[in-house]
Amino acid sequence: MDVNKNSYTFLFATAMVVVVAASLSFVATNLKPFQETNLEQEKMQSILSSIQIPVERSEAPKAFEAYIREAIVLQEGEAVEGQDAFAIDLAKEIRKPDEKRLSPLYIAEKEGEIYYIIPLQGNGLWGPIWGYVSLKEDINTVYGATFDHKAETPGLGAEINTPVFEDQFKGKQMLDSNFSFVGIDVRKGDASSEYEVDGISGGTITSDGVEAMILDCVKAYIPFLKTYSGATATALLITE
Amino acid sequence: MADVLEKKEEAKELLIDKQPKEPLLSKKNRKLLNDPLNDNNPITVQVLGICSALAITVKLYPALVMSISVLFVMAAGNVIVSLMRNFIPNRIRIIVQLVVVASLVALVDQVLKAFVYDVSKELSVFVGLIITNCIIMGRLEAFALGNTVWKSFLDGIGNAFGYAWILLAVAFFRELLGSGTLFGFQVIPDAWYLANGGFYSNNGFMLLPPMALITVGIIIWVQRARNTKLIEE
Repeated sequence: MDVNKNSYTFLFATAMVVVVAASLSFVATNLKPFQETNLEQEKMQSILSSIQIPVERSEAPKAFEAYIREAIVLQEGEAVEGQDAFAIDLAKEIRKPDEKRLSPLYIAEKEGEIYYIIPLQGNGLWGPIWGYVSLKEDINTVYGATFDHKAETPGLGAEINTPVFEDQFKGKQMLDSNFSFVGIDVRKGDASSEYEVDGISGGTITSDGVEAMILDCVKAYIPFLKTYSGATATALLITE
Repeated sequence: MADVLEKKEEAKELLIDKQPKEPLLSKKNRKLLNDPLNDNNPITVQVLGICSALAITVKLYPALVMSISVLFVMAAGNVIVSLMRNFIPNRIRIIVQLVVVASLVALVDQVLKAFVYDVSKELSVFVGLIITNCIIMGRLEAFALGNTVWKSFLDGIGNAFGYAWILLAVAFFRELLGSGTLFGFQVIPDAWYLANGGFYSNNGFMLLPPMALITVGIIIWVQRARNTKLIEE
C-alpha cells in the first residue's frame, strides 16, 4: 500500500478527523455533569464571597442554602414569576434589549442584616468578565464585591479577581446625594471619594469594563430595590 | 571468581542479543528512560518547554498536576503515533502529530475541569499550551515515528519525567522560599516571621517569573558542573 498517494492522504485525514471528533465529543458529554456541578458550586461560592462569607467550593451549596433567603427575577423593574434565578445565563441577558432582560437578584441574610446581591456581567479586554456586588439595606452602600474573568491578561487585567482590587469596593456608594444611580468610577489613580476606586495599572480596558458592567447591570435593580426595601426605601422614594 | 561472573553476564547478554526479542528493560531501553533525566534532559540540556516551567512553578501542586498531564500526553502521544507510524502519510505527518497531541490535551483539559477544577483554573491557558510544548512534538517527530511502540512509550515516559523533575524542583524552591509552604502546608514556623517578632520573611521575588528562570539557570549550572559529559570543549 502506498501511504503517500493523494487519495490515501485524503482518506487518512478524513478518518482521523472523524475518529478524533467522535472520541472527544464522547468524553466531553460524559464529563459534562461533573463540570457543571463544579461551575454551580463556584457560582455559589462567588455569590457568598460577595457578602464576605468565604467557603470552600465543596461546602458552598450548604452555605448557600443557609444564607440566601430568596432569589427573585426582575424584568422591567418588576418581579416575575416562574423563573429560576440561579439558572439564568446573564451573558445572554445582557445582549437583550432592556425591556426583555431578565435580572436575577439574591437576597441574603447574614447576622440579622439583609443584603441584596446583584450579579454582574460585562466585557473585559479579551473576553467576558463577571462578578457579584452586594448592597446593604440602604441599597446604596456596597457591602462586598467579587469579580472574575475568562481570559484577561495575567498580572494586568486578571488582577480584578484579587482581594486587593475587590476590597476597595467595600463601603463605596452607588447613589448620589439625590438618590439617583451613578455607579462606581474605576479610576486611573487618585481614587478618593466614595464613588471611586483605583483601577489596575496596565489593565485599563478591563478596569473600564468593570465600571461599565456595574453601570449597566445595577441600574435595572435600583427602582425595584427602592420600592422593595422597606422603610429606608420609602424614605428614599419620598425624597425623590 | 568475579571475572567468571562477569563473563557469565557477558555470555548472557550475547545470548539475549541473539534472541529476536529483546527484554522489556534492556540496557538500550533503560537508556531511553534514564537519558532524559540527566544527560539529555529536555529542559536543562535541550532547553525546551521552558515557557511552562516558568509559568506554573509558583506552587508545587499545580506543577505536579501539570507534570502528570504532560506525562500522560507524552506517553499516550508517543504510543499512538508509533502505532500509526507505518500508516501516516508523510506529507501530513506533522498535522497528524498535532491532531494527536491536541486531542490528548483537550481530553486532559476536560478531565481536569471535571475533577480538579481549582487546579485547572490555576493552570488556565497552560494546559492548552501543552500542545505547543516543543518536547512533545520533538519526541513524536524524532522518536515515535521511527521506533516500536514499547520503545516510544519508554521514551515518552523518560522525557516526561525529565521535564517533571525539573518542574517540581523549581516549584519546590519557589514555593518554599516564596510562600514558606510546600504543597500548601506551612513549613516555616509562624514565630520565625518578622511580623511575629522573628527574623524571617518570605521572598516575594521568588513568586515572579524571573526567579523561575534563575532557578532553572542554577539547576543547569549545578548539573553542568557535576556531569562531565555536558562540559563543552
